[in-house]
Amino acid sequence: MTGFLTAGIVRTALEVGLIYSLVALSLFISYSILNICDLSTDGCYTLGCAVGAIVTIAGHPFLAIPAAMLAGICSGYVTALLQTKFGVQSILAGIIVNTGLYTVNLAVMGFSSNVSIFGTDTIFSLFKNLNSSGFWKDWCNLILLAVIVAAVCLLIKWFLGTTLGLSIRATGDSPAMVRASSINPIFTITVGLCFSNALTGLAGCLIGQYNKTCDINLGTGMVTIALASLVIGETLLGRGKMIFRILGMVVGSCFYRFIISIALRLNVPTEAFKLVSAVIVAIAIAAPRAKQLIAFKHKQMTAMQERKSMRGDKANA
Amino acid sequence: MLKIEHVFKTFNTGTVNEKKALTDLNLELQDGDFATIIGSNGAGKSTMFNAIAGSFYTDSGFIELDGEDITFTPEHTRSRYIGRLFQDPLMGTAPHMTIEENLSVAYLRASEHKRGLFSHVSKSERDKFREQLSLLDMGLENRMNHPVGLLSGGQRQALTLLMATMVTPKLLLLDEHTAALDPSTAAKVLDLTKKIIEENHISCLMVTHNMNQALELGNRTLMMNNGNIVFDVKGEERSHMTIKDLLDKFEENAGKALNNDRILLSTKEGV
Ligand SMILES: Nc1ncnc2c1ncn2[C@@H]1O[C@H](COP(=O)(O)OP(=O)(O)O)[C@@H](O)[C@H]1O
Ligand SMILES: [Mg+2]
Repeated sequence: MTGFLTAGIVRTALEVGLIYSLVALSLFISYSILNICDLSTDGCYTLGCAVGAIVTIAGHPFLAIPAAMLAGICSGYVTALLQTKFGVQSILAGIIVNTGLYTVNLAVMGFSSNVSIFGTDTIFSLFKNLNSSGFWKDWCNLILLAVIVAAVCLLIKWFLGTTLGLSIRATGDSPAMVRASSINPIFTITVGLCFSNALTGLAGCLIGQYNKTCDINLGTGMVTIALASLVIGETLLGRGKMIFRILGMVVGSCFYRFIISIALRLNVPTEAFKLVSAVIVAIAIAAPRAKQLIAFKHKQMTAMQERKSMRGDKANA
Repeated sequence: MLKIEHVFKTFNTGTVNEKKALTDLNLELQDGDFATIIGSNGAGKSTMFNAIAGSFYTDSGFIELDGEDITFTPEHTRSRYIGRLFQDPLMGTAPHMTIEENLSVAYLRASEHKRGLFSHVSKSERDKFREQLSLLDMGLENRMNHPVGLLSGGQRQALTLLMATMVTPKLLLLDEHTAALDPSTAAKVLDLTKKIIEENHISCLMVTHNMNQALELGNRTLMMNNGNIVFDVKGEERSHMTIKDLLDKFEENAGKALNNDRILLSTKEGV
């Protein structure tokens, strides 16, 4: 086992999994809570990375975090505006924003398709310098990310219990009830999407500083990956208590990265990677339905057999 | 308290599916009025409620509530003063949220100004919810942390009733809110409705297909046909009316017999 999956590989999978879990949490808010399929995720993730990278290169790795989140909020606001005020279907609104963001992201990166952060501090390098022990060098990234993700999880848990959070949940859970209560769905959808996209922006910022680079195609397929993590998380930890649902996103996301790591170790060629991801997603999302189908087939078989044996009894009698 | 003046509403204007749902609708409701509404299928009863609640804006005409013109007030603002129950018990509550969370959302109507966006349900509010739930006499006060989706239709409708009236509305709109429940549950929810309306002196409009209810409940009966109120009776005249009188009146004023199979069914059975 240690030969197949070294500590380094496990650590990297966990680190990237934690960063990705922020995107899964973003989709948790838009997709699971608000019941809106927000397809601007790919572009918003890159936006967060680009803005974060530029601000980091300018020498402000900490400022990069709120800057990237703010960029995400702006992106979420536009998506929300299109679907609430202008009646654009939510999926279409996300696609439109996603397309527009490509140019915006290029512009943020100074019309170059790639920027790198080498030579300046990142939050990871600053954190690493706090201590010089070997243990710290190995684990500091994971510790920092775990702290950030834990804080975000607690924030979400707290937020969804507030008056505003409950209104947002009601908006996604029962449109008719919201219509009959004094909640303004335009407001709750807008706040929800801004919050969700702030998390995507944060994830983009972290991955940029983590990899010390930002590429214009970084976000491609991100929404699929996050969706897969979300479904895996819901399958593993269920749909019960809110805190477990939130933690499920983190678990699902790390689990997903493990599968990818194993695939890498099995020398699945990188060209096949997108297909592998898509297959994992398809299986993850199709699993509950497949389970139902198998259960039904089983029921059908037993019922038919019972009937046969009953007929047999009659014939014997 | 409620005044509807010359309200028109046409759906799908200019297409083959054009439907004039409300045509020159007029109604004036006095403070404390509890009017029952009956009418044929598609007469525009639900559409009238939608117009009052603000689900859409009317094509023309005006709607006033307590002297205030609400014709162009958005739905979520109106719902601070107007409580509403639908026929489908699944519609009034959020199934994946707990009873407490549902009540908390409903309670926003009262406290939007007093309570911050980022506050949580307080202990005193929780106690208040529990106390109100116990009035329903369904044991829900001990299940505050259960998702509403686990409740029966009757329990959900009773909960919706509580949510709509916990903060006393100026006007309560009941759209056949017991029609989808089994008879004994329906009777229970109806009793609760009467009790809550009486205790809080809420003005109320209630659509029903039960002719007995239409005459016995409240102080006024309205009959609708083709997007219009064709017959309006209260006081002395109403107290002497029988179901047959009511059906005759409808035929006389609408120029045709009342066409609503469920009404006729309920008349024959005498329920
Ligand atoms: N949103 C809508 N779009 C199109 N037609 C509608 C809409 N709402 C109601 N209608 C039509 O308006 C008429 C009145 O409907 P409604 O008010 O629901 O009748 P009821 O009196 O049975 O409640 C019906 O013919 C219905 O088909
Ligand atoms: Mg109706």
